[in-house]
Amino acid sequence: MTLKDLVLVGHGMVGQRFLEALFERPHDWRVTVLAEEPRPAYDRVHLTSWFSGTTAEELSLCPPAFAEENGIDLRLGDPAVAVDREAGTVTTRSGAVLRYDTLVLATGSYPFVPPVPGHDARGCHVYRTIEDLEAIRADAARARVGAVVGGGLLGLEAAGALRAMGLETHVVEFAPRLMAIQVDDGGGKVLRNAIEELGVVVHTGAGTQSIETHEDGAVRGMALSDGSSVEADLVVFSAGVRPRDQLARECGLSVGERGGIVVDEQCRTSDPQVFAIGECALAADGRVYGLVAPGYAMAEVAAGELTGAAGSFTGADTSTKLKLLGVDVASFGDAHGTTPGSLDVLYSDSRSGVYKKLVVHPDGRLLGGVLVGDAESFATLRPLAVGGAPLPVPAEQLILPASEGGAASKLELPDEAVVCSCHNVTKGAIRSAVAEDGCTSIPEVKKCTKAGTGCGSCLKLMGGIVAKELEAAGVEVARGLCEHFAHTRSELYEIVRVKGITSFARLRDEHGTGLGCEICKPAVASILASLGNGHILDGEQAALQDTNDHHLANLQRNGSYSVVPRVPGGEITPEGLITIGEIARDFGLYTKITGGQRIDLFGARVDQLPAVWARLVDAGFESGHAYGKALRTVKSCVGETWCRYGVQDSVGLAIELELRYRGLRAPHKLKSAVSGCARECAEAQSKDFGVIATAEGWNLYVGGNGGMTPRHADLLAKDLDRDTLIRTIDRFLMFYIRTADRLERTAPWLDRLEGGLDHLRAVVLEDSLGIADELDQMMARHVETYQDEWAAVLADPQRLRRFVSFVNAPGTPDPTVRFVPERDQIRPARPDEDGHVLIGGASLEVRTR
Amino acid sequence: MTELLALETVALESVAVDRDTPVRTAVELHDGESWVQVCELDDLLPGRGVAVLLGAEQVALFRDPADGLHALDNRDPFSGAQVLSRGLIGNRGAVQVVVSPMLKQAFALETGDCLDEDTAPDGSSANLRRWPVRSRPSHAPGDGVREP
Repeated sequence: MTLKDLVLVGHGMVGQRFLEALFERPHDWRVTVLAEEPRPAYDRVHLTSWFSGTTAEELSLCPPAFAEENGIDLRLGDPAVAVDREAGTVTTRSGAVLRYDTLVLATGSYPFVPPVPGHDARGCHVYRTIEDLEAIRADAARARVGAVVGGGLLGLEAAGALRAMGLETHVVEFAPRLMAIQVDDGGGKVLRNAIEELGVVVHTGAGTQSIETHEDGAVRGMALSDGSSVEADLVVFSAGVRPRDQLARECGLSVGERGGIVVDEQCRTSDPQVFAIGECALAADGRVYGLVAPGYAMAEVAAGELTGAAGSFTGADTSTKLKLLGVDVASFGDAHGTTPGSLDVLYSDSRSGVYKKLVVHPDGRLLGGVLVGDAESFATLRPLAVGGAPLPVPAEQLILPASEGGAASKLELPDEAVVCSCHNVTKGAIRSAVAEDGCTSIPEVKKCTKAGTGCGSCLKLMGGIVAKELEAAGVEVARGLCEHFAHTRSELYEIVRVKGITSFARLRDEHGTGLGCEICKPAVASILASLGNGHILDGEQAALQDTNDHHLANLQRNGSYSVVPRVPGGEITPEGLITIGEIARDFGLYTKITGGQRIDLFGARVDQLPAVWARLVDAGFESGHAYGKALRTVKSCVGETWCRYGVQDSVGLAIELELRYRGLRAPHKLKSAVSGCARECAEAQSKDFGVIATAEGWNLYVGGNGGMTPRHADLLAKDLDRDTLIRTIDRFLMFYIRTADRLERTAPWLDRLEGGLDHLRAVVLEDSLGIADELDQMMARHVETYQDEWAAVLADPQRLRRFVSFVNAPGTPDPTVRFVPERDQIRPARPDEDGHVLIGGASLEVRTR
Repeated sequence: MTELLALETVALESVAVDRDTPVRTAVELHDGESWVQVCELDDLLPGRGVAVLLGAEQVALFRDPADGLHALDNRDPFSGAQVLSRGLIGNRGAVQVVVSPMLKQAFALETGDCLDEDTAPDGSSANLRRWPVRSRPSHAPGDGVREP
């Protein structure tokens, strides 16, 4: 097969999608990509998250091996500078000349900077690439006041970023309202109120006349067309974008009057060998689309055209839903009521900052709408407006709150309704993925249909559709804990909580069968412990605990145990270190520093545990719960107290958190960390809950994980004060304990949680389920009733009786627990090492037998 | 060393309290030659096991929730560690089992058979030896109980 040469100019989001679509099908293209930026395609939609810690690598859309696996010649930092269509060649900045059979232009757009005097002064920025953001952050460190020119989507994101960096922030918008394209006057007003409440100063109906500078050329402010002025030492222009069509112009391709490379429905330019896709293209419907979803659609069409799959791009839905500075904003369909004869249905409540408008046709069809402050119903309403089917209920019911008879959440969508607009997946396609392709879970449906893999805003809606379809198909998803309980852990938790059950026997008699097993017994024990039912070794509970919990230590491979005293925040006095060292030496234990900033003592026999702990408790140490599905450690960096970069006392907070949550039993172990600045030395973003200090307070991250399936934690809330932070963590933990599955860490729990991070935020920050008081009380009870499990064992002869080697010879050590020396410490002897064995003595150093 | 001595004193005291009860139940294992009393029923927690030292051998002794007694080898054939007495007991279908705390294989309490594997990593059988066990009323607690 002879390969044909394809050159793709531009490696942005749309370019990457084009490549993915191209390589999905059999083809005969040899591909070269010319990229201007120094890195492969990344997610520009979520660019702002770079400021809150998302790294460039995480934003990347192009897996490291993608180019190599597909034989792509990816040339970073070497953009195309000229096209010779007659010769069929492209020249790059470095001077390379590449021959092409087909050329695809995905050059995107550039930020429009109004040509006012001073627009290029030092301290003026645009907001488009990671490099732009790096420059803004560098300048922001020296600036006090920032001004954003442009009150659209990107402008408000930029304003949010400046605000988060501690700058006094102004937004200057030429139009009479914010987000003029997406929302109407009423919505703009609600949005403005919400944003002003966050301390951002908004100037509307004001154009930028000039940028004023100091003598040294640095920005000092701007003059506005309404005669006022703003003092600012940093300016970000985000006054819209323009298609990058210069390359096309220069080689004689047709471009639109107001810019954009003219393409047909197959995304072909005026030269059939050249395609243009994304923001640089003027689509067949005469529009330039600045959104990613239409760009993706064009990429698919062009790739299809080049691999023999028919398709066309005739225009796209420009619905948007986003959260700007914490305010939900959505617009869809004919948001401004431009359809002749269209009618409005309005709901506005400025007390709670909610504004909703639906545009309807006189015949009852939904045409579009604007939602500000509460965009929950966007996922249901948008497909209805785009599908054009008659409304199943009166329009007013779709925007009224549920308490007033609103019905948006119960609405049934037609099969043609597009659920995922990033990938244009209909409800029917999702249903058939379940009914015909046999998918039984959201991850499977995602893989099969691609739905929900773009912006993710449709995941909740998808979840409902999949669940309903599974039910209809009669697929019984085995959800029960084990053969003894048909309930999930979270259901059992609710049963135990609501009925006030305090024993495994009663729970099993009323809701299960059989004797129990190694799965349900510890799970129920954990539930009983989470709900505060006394010491875990008392009464029937003792029979439920697996060996680690039963012996309050960690079983090792030769039957000996390891012991971990709690070292809150990893802070320990020299005396504490010496004591631990002495105990380890006296009992002949192997010592190792753990990843959680504590010290693990290995090689204790079961009959030695009480004596080891008697010494530790004497010295003021407590159980570290290394054996339990419970809080392990709250790691910390040294923080502001010592570190030159620290901005808060991370050690102090870590200790406070560790002492607060110590002993808290959960569906799985819980790890935490506190970092004293954004350098993140404590690795808080890999923890179940992690805290990072900011100049303003604390950022809270949740759902992180190391281990087999690493996951970076998600930012739950920003700049919290200490009290709010602790209350938020309290609720997060209790909500997790209440709803997670057995042995489900917070990371998979959060991935599975219906409504995801937004839902979690609503529950813990806005009390959307009305359970916050209850969660608070449960945590208060935990904190009040905490006791050190080991101190309690040592004080009780009945509990102590369990810690013997042999019931008929309690003083005789297990002769099979044997050790040999290695690197000056002990390690378990292997079976072939019986010749020179050592026994860890009760109060002696390692000795030979 | 002082701590350990203190602990043993505590344990003996708790036995002394039990002496007030006139009739108790002794638990006996057969070591191949004779029945040996190893503990009292009260020493066993329903639903859990204890380890017993019989000469050079170790036995895992369990009391099930219905007060039935079961005795198997204490050695877990998969790890070689003497830990089965610390496993959780329960049922798999109709079979009462103990689950190894090490790598979670299940063994039938009635037969000692491993339900998950036939052979251990060293090629030997994964099934455990069953030890004869009985209980009977005892008026002379403590006789030969604490030392084998």
